[in-house]
Amino acid sequence: MKTFRRAIGHLVSCKDVSHLLSQAHEKPMPWWSRVRVNWHLAVCSMCRAFDRQLGFMREAMRRYRQ
Amino acid sequence: MNAEFLKELENQRGYLMRVARLQLRDTALAEDVVQDTLAAALTAQAGFTGKSSVKTWLTGILKHKIVDAIRRKQREPISASTLDEEADLEDFEGLFKDNGAWQAPPADWGDPEQSLSRQQFFDVMQFCLDKLPPATARVFMMREVMELESDEICKELTITANNLWVILYRARMSLRECLELNWFAGGGNRA
Repeated sequence: MKTFRRAIGHLVSCKDVSHLLSQAHEKPMPWWSRVRVNWHLAVCSMCRAFDRQLGFMREAMRRYRQ
Repeated sequence: MNAEFLKELENQRGYLMRVARLQLRDTALAEDVVQDTLAAALTAQAGFTGKSSVKTWLTGILKHKIVDAIRRKQREPISASTLDEEADLEDFEGLFKDNGAWQAPPADWGDPEQSLSRQQFFDVMQFCLDKLPPATARVFMMREVMELESDEICKELTITANNLWVILYRARMSLRECLELNWFAGGGNRA
């Protein structure tokens, strides 16, 4: 089951996920991309870290402005 | 004229200059734009309701002044070819292996929010923003500081949405890497 989950998660690469996560800051992600990204994030701690960092950078830019 | 209000405006000059300089890449022009902004703020003082901070209000005025300055002077217009060039510069191939996995995985930044209360963090961020290629920095600031919507930026710079995403992606990847190297890896967040 674990192997199966990993296989599903890796149907989309970290590189593609990083693009989709960045784009999500400009426009809502289509549902099918959202599903693939969520499957990937469930098994990839590196992309989860990246996702948090993107959110943090947006917050940091907001503070920079204030 | 309210002296206190005037002083409050003066206090924001440094910040406004930083934003304008990053946007316009031209100190003299940035000074003009900031001067215009402060003058407009004075005349419009009554329009300041105090609902937002003076800084936010001034940023709103500055945003329009910068867009006007870019339109009017068309100084260093960001040409589609400059943007294309910056977008493909290295295409970030180095960041990922052939199979699309991270070459150097993002590190754990711990509790990064703590950094937001430290001035040094913002100095490092300024350094990282200054390192972005000029057109990339301008697009990133339009999006993140001036909070323009994607379609406004595309219209203003006559670029495609796809091009915009690539440029913002590039800006975020560089900023991420730079912050990691110069702040988080150095333990700046823990010092």
